Amino acid sequence: MKLLSIMFAAVFTDNFVLSKFMGICPFLGVSKKLSSSLGMGAAVIFVMACANACTFAVYHLLLAPFGLTYLKTIAFILIIALFVQLVEIVLKKLMPPLYRALGVYLPLITTNCAVLGVTLLNIDNNYSFLESTVNAVFVGVGFTLALILFSGVRSKLEHADIPETFKGIPSTLIAASIVSLSFMAFSGMLK
Amino acid sequence: MSNLKEFTKGLLKENPTLVGLLGMCPTLAVTTQAVNGLGMGLATTFVLVGSNLVISLLRNVIPKSVKLPCYIVIIAGFVTLIDFLMHGFVPDLHSALGTFLSLITVNCIILGRAEMFACKNKVLPSVLDGLGMGLGFTCSLFIMGSVREIMGTGSWLGFQIPVDVQPMSIFIMPAGGFFVLGCVIAAVSKLTKKKPPQKLGCAGCPNAASCGAKGGCEE
Repeated sequence: MKLLSIMFAAVFTDNFVLSKFMGICPFLGVSKKLSSSLGMGAAVIFVMACANACTFAVYHLLLAPFGLTYLKTIAFILIIALFVQLVEIVLKKLMPPLYRALGVYLPLITTNCAVLGVTLLNIDNNYSFLESTVNAVFVGVGFTLALILFSGVRSKLEHADIPETFKGIPSTLIAASIVSLSFMAFSGMLK
Repeated sequence: MSNLKEFTKGLLKENPTLVGLLGMCPTLAVTTQAVNGLGMGLATTFVLVGSNLVISLLRNVIPKSVKLPCYIVIIAGFVTLIDFLMHGFVPDLHSALGTFLSLITVNCIILGRAEMFACKNKVLPSVLDGLGMGLGFTCSLFIMGSVREIMGTGSWLGFQIPVDVQPMSIFIMPAGGFFVLGCVIAAVSKLTKKKPPQKLGCAGCPNAASCGAKGGCEE
């Protein structure tokens, strides 16, 4: 039951992009086309799940026993950066088709605050390994959902007649506000 | 004279948030109150000045092939420092900012300035650049926070506004954050008589340069 509520919260009520404001840069930058939204989303789910496993192990086996928990920000960001580089190299060598699909999005993920955010929140919430993995995967799913929904909104927005001052990013942000409004309907469902 | 220019360019002309569209996550997330915006801005300024100083000092020492991990460690070190300081001296603000204090590490403004400025300039200009950019960021966060707090709760910096208007709580909710930021960016581009930024792609993102190994610190 707890797992189910973690899943629901991660995708809908506490959607990382639309209600926690993490990963706004890729949300605004990569959501122009449906295909790139899907690619970015898949890359984020993959990296989040694996980075979470690594950081969980490092925190509980290395940092906590030696009383070094205050180093978690430094340790986690290094793990994520190294992990993304590793994935990039491995994919390039072993799975070129997948690399061509996801490769361009991988470097963007290193400094995506959603990935560091989810690993830190998992530690703060004292999740077990299973719970934190589920949370990481479904936060990624929520991120992908937001990107896909928003790419639909943006393709309509391209053809709208908007006042000159609002063209470009301002109108995109206001559209994001309306999408975020629709996700507010889910709030309160888990209490 | 040119040092002064390094300082002032971050305030409005190259304002990292409103013109450069960097560091959007904290801009949207912590600005439910003006004082939170101010605190977040000043914390980021501290990290930015510190990391610019150290990276500029070490600019001839750090090997190019591992510069990104080096920068990240330096930045994360300063973030841990400010985290402790705020936990000790302003515990209320510390808990209000929550995870976003740790997430200063991945704020693109800081990595962007390291990549574009500190690694190829002397110490003094780098520090001034960091200070200017940081204060520009603080100002935009303060403006965002003020608008959202006044509209959303009818008070400012904790003081009640003596006008009898029903506060619209939508402004302090996530949807209001996106809306206010959109309007503030539009207002700034109207005032500076420039076209608003059109897109936020790889071009506007300093990470693209630092990880794709094109541009960046290569001479």
